[in-house]
Amino acid sequence: MRYLPLSDTDRSEMLDTVGVASVDDLFVDVPKSAQQGVSFDLPSHASEMEVEKIMSSMAAKNISAGSVPFFLGAGAYKHHVPATVDHLIQRGEFLTAYTPYQPEISQGTLQCLFEFQTQVAQLTGMDVANASLYDGSTGCGEAVLMSRRVTRRKNAFLSGNLHGHYGDVAKTLTSFTDDNVESLSPTPHDAKADIDALMALVDKDTSCVVVQNPNVFGEVLDLTPLAEKLHENGALLVVVVTEVISLGAIKSPGEMGADIVVGEGQSIGNGLNFGGPYLGLFATRQKFLRQMPGRLCGETEDATGKRGYVLTLSTREQHIRREKATSNICTNSGLCALAFTIHMTLLGEAGFRALAKLNHKHTVDLKAALGKVSDVEVLSNSFFNELAVVLPQPATEVVEALAAKEILAGVPASRLFPNADGLDNILLMAATECVSESDIAALVTALWEVLS
Amino acid sequence: MMNRQGRPSQPEKNAPNKGIQTSTGNYGLDIEEPLSYELGNIHTSGVDLPSCGEFESSLGGLERNSDIGIAGLSEPEVLRHYTRLSRKNYAIDMGLYPLGSCTMKHNPRLNEKMARLAGFADIHPLQPQSTVQGALQVMDTLSHWLKELTGMPAVSMSPKAGAHGELCGLMAIRAAHEAAGNPREYVLVPESAHGTNPATATLCGYKVKTIPAEADGRVHAALLKEYLDENCAAIMLTNPNTCGLFEREIIEIADAVHEVGALFYCDGANFNAIMGRVRPGDLGIDAMHLNLHKTFSTPHGGGGPGSGPVVFSERVAPYMPVPLLENDADLALVEGMDVPNSIGRLTAFHGQMGMFTRALTYMLSHGADGLKQASDDAVLSANYIMASLQDVMSVSFEGPCMHEVLFDDRFLKDRGVSTLDFAKAMIDEGFHPMTMYFPLVVHGAMLIEPTESESKASLDQFITSLRSLAEATKQDDVTRFTGAPHFAPLQRLDETAAARSPILKWTPKAE
Amino acid sequence: MIKYSEDHEWIKMDGDVGTVGITDYAQKALGDVVFVELPPAGDSFAKGDEVAVVESVKAASEIYAPVTGEIVEINGTLEDAPETVNSSPMDNAWFFKIKLSDMSELDGMLSEEDYNAFVEGLE
Repeated sequence: MRYLPLSDTDRSEMLDTVGVASVDDLFVDVPKSAQQGVSFDLPSHASEMEVEKIMSSMAAKNISAGSVPFFLGAGAYKHHVPATVDHLIQRGEFLTAYTPYQPEISQGTLQCLFEFQTQVAQLTGMDVANASLYDGSTGCGEAVLMSRRVTRRKNAFLSGNLHGHYGDVAKTLTSFTDDNVESLSPTPHDAKADIDALMALVDKDTSCVVVQNPNVFGEVLDLTPLAEKLHENGALLVVVVTEVISLGAIKSPGEMGADIVVGEGQSIGNGLNFGGPYLGLFATRQKFLRQMPGRLCGETEDATGKRGYVLTLSTREQHIRREKATSNICTNSGLCALAFTIHMTLLGEAGFRALAKLNHKHTVDLKAALGKVSDVEVLSNSFFNELAVVLPQPATEVVEALAAKEILAGVPASRLFPNADGLDNILLMAATECVSESDIAALVTALWEVLS
Repeated sequence: MMNRQGRPSQPEKNAPNKGIQTSTGNYGLDIEEPLSYELGNIHTSGVDLPSCGEFESSLGGLERNSDIGIAGLSEPEVLRHYTRLSRKNYAIDMGLYPLGSCTMKHNPRLNEKMARLAGFADIHPLQPQSTVQGALQVMDTLSHWLKELTGMPAVSMSPKAGAHGELCGLMAIRAAHEAAGNPREYVLVPESAHGTNPATATLCGYKVKTIPAEADGRVHAALLKEYLDENCAAIMLTNPNTCGLFEREIIEIADAVHEVGALFYCDGANFNAIMGRVRPGDLGIDAMHLNLHKTFSTPHGGGGPGSGPVVFSERVAPYMPVPLLENDADLALVEGMDVPNSIGRLTAFHGQMGMFTRALTYMLSHGADGLKQASDDAVLSANYIMASLQDVMSVSFEGPCMHEVLFDDRFLKDRGVSTLDFAKAMIDEGFHPMTMYFPLVVHGAMLIEPTESESKASLDQFITSLRSLAEATKQDDVTRFTGAPHFAPLQRLDETAAARSPILKWTPKAE
Repeated sequence: MIKYSEDHEWIKMDGDVGTVGITDYAQKALGDVVFVELPPAGDSFAKGDEVAVVESVKAASEIYAPVTGEIVEINGTLEDAPETVNSSPMDNAWFFKIKLSDMSELDGMLSEEDYNAFVEGLE
């Protein structure tokens, strides 16, 4: 087996040193009954060539985003990742290192995390950011738990226009705590109605309100009045950003008064990967730092006075606080955070803003093109790179029909909100920098055909 | 006349190399590297994007007008900056990485190549399922492997990491109890457990009761019974445990737990010791997570991402999170929140696909036979280290051990050298230190896990090095240890200062 | 009057208000203190309740209310200068002032002499 360096001679010499006759003797503590008659319905080892063939044949059954006109968003976005990013994250020193618990020989990872935290704090307009969580949806659940710790209140309200999966995750995570997490119903036709309803619910027992911006239907919102109302009541505003590139175009959550910002960072540096691994961004205000979950990297000096970085404030974490930890989280998304940092440094502020502008432009173009298809109504007024579209037929059917024509048109809203009413005909679409004029033209033509 | 002298091709003997101050602060390949923010500025970019000209925006008057502050660099500068930083890391690719309970094994590059096939890397999680049948096939095939290897009937692929898997497993256990009419009150956790175990129990609304360790580093059914009653919801046990030992009485433990109606959660972090030899399903386990980033070689990436699928017994399987993968004529994900009994959704989408492709590639490469051989080699290597060091270091518990061996600091007594000093001196020897001060059940713990990826020559070099270090602690002058590491990019860092006044991001210097 | 608890806290009485901190033995055992989390003034605690947390780099220790009562004042200077706990545990690094609801609880606490003997027994 090519991954195992020991030869049979090595093994027998080692057994001699240990003083046993066979490896079986090392398993004396394992109950005999559990070792007898064990067999597996699994193949034997295979060569690299054979494995490649099997895996490639499975990959070939999927339609990849880059091979067709592609308009899916809803929490995962198709963006171009520069070649440099993937090259650098595949350097073994980054790829095959563990969590940087030994700072003297982990400064590479640690300094990158410090740059990452700086970038996330700047993008979100917040004071501090952690070194990443699993993804945006689990970060959203963590934000609800953190709001509880900060305010010592139990009642959280989730916007109806929060990504359905994010709301579900927050509710699952709090199923067995005594938090009350209430979700409103989606309002695809009236984003303001949702905000008004949230404003009306806030009182002195509210821990937080969670709002997505742009919301799941693509609408960009001014959250300042909501923030003010929450702060008057001593409650927190949690803002979810699923498309981090929007922060290059629209006012940051920090500027609107957010107390916690949760983001999905996949768009920068990371591929679609069928939903994971992704990158949870998590930022907050300085005064809530001690209640923040997840790893943190901080600056310090070594014994000779040279600047260096360490993981810090770990007394918040499970390996020290055990049952009193802020969260049970341990692993983060280190390599995805590295990809994010490298891509963001390649872009720089100028490139990041240009990228955001390009996304918005393509979406403006998409809206204009869709407006010419009869019986199709674009709901979005203020938007970044996503649109909600009402079709004359169930969106699931239209999407399937378009997929048969090798066009991946979007995400049916009902897939995110399987239990909500009135969403069957709504399609969520995104246009990133990867969408070309000809993609839009092909979509419009195919849509005419499918709807006629 | 042509110059025939050429350059010197032999070094001067005894050339001075100490005390030189270079003008750059760099020393040969040891290069200082500032932050990207100190190198770049907000105007530079290493990316060329097509210009989109002027157009009427539809941002609702919420344009971001002030500077964000992101520093950019040109592409060559980016490549150099992060390459230089990478060289300040230790990694498995460079040498033995004996972190106990972390399973730092070889990360095959075929895994990386397969994960990057466009058919896996460039597909959206919410595409019509008819367009991602190959991806679902990867999930289905990997599920089959995990169920076969563990002898368990069901698996959830959602969890994003080991701790997320624990949460998944324990929530399903709680749901099973609630369905039976009584959630119960507490979870039993041995003293030697990972910190994630008690943290998880708390998130599931349970009190934590700690079972003390016994003299042989194991949990005994007789003592356990004293802690068990009808209010116990579950036990969370790592097996092989964090002392590197197999829980001999595991079947009796499972029986005792089930007798009071409680359920058995097994932390599968150490599955690398028993793959292809023992099936947890034959040991009475109700739920167990597997760390694909430990046992199945997906890279640790400096802290993540991980992946922590959970296998379930018949009793607990109905409460698994959504989505569920159904395999009828076509493969289909059942995503709704209306799956009866399910605890709900633990994450957006369907889990860590990028890790699934890597882990499956690893499994197909090994086959069932290769996985068993890998476990056997991992266990043999750990025992070899134990046998080769037991006369100079203090082994905590008598062997044989499983895939990791636990030492404590008795051999350092009265020598002025702590576990930390000893570990830092290993850095000077060119190794990553072992896991230190964990588990908490012995004093000054040193937990060594070599994995199956080391050649005998590599193991022998490691053993020789530790033997010489152990010998050196007997000398009067121990500054070799107390000042270690001497030959790393940095010396020991001031963690107290970092925690007292945290600096967590770069800020521009005041003008 | 000053009294001690077996959890290594001291309480100095002034009328029915006691000033509470941790002892020199406790600060030494904790090592370099990096953070102190204090309760909000106005909150009430029963004897034995977890009322504050002291953190060093690698450990976090709960501080339990030595008596029942209401927090009337907290020492805000500890937020910016947690190292005071190491340098002046018995004076400048007091944690909070608590208004006792049951003065008799003090009777169950240790005198300075008893506490010193208790600590000696631990070493």
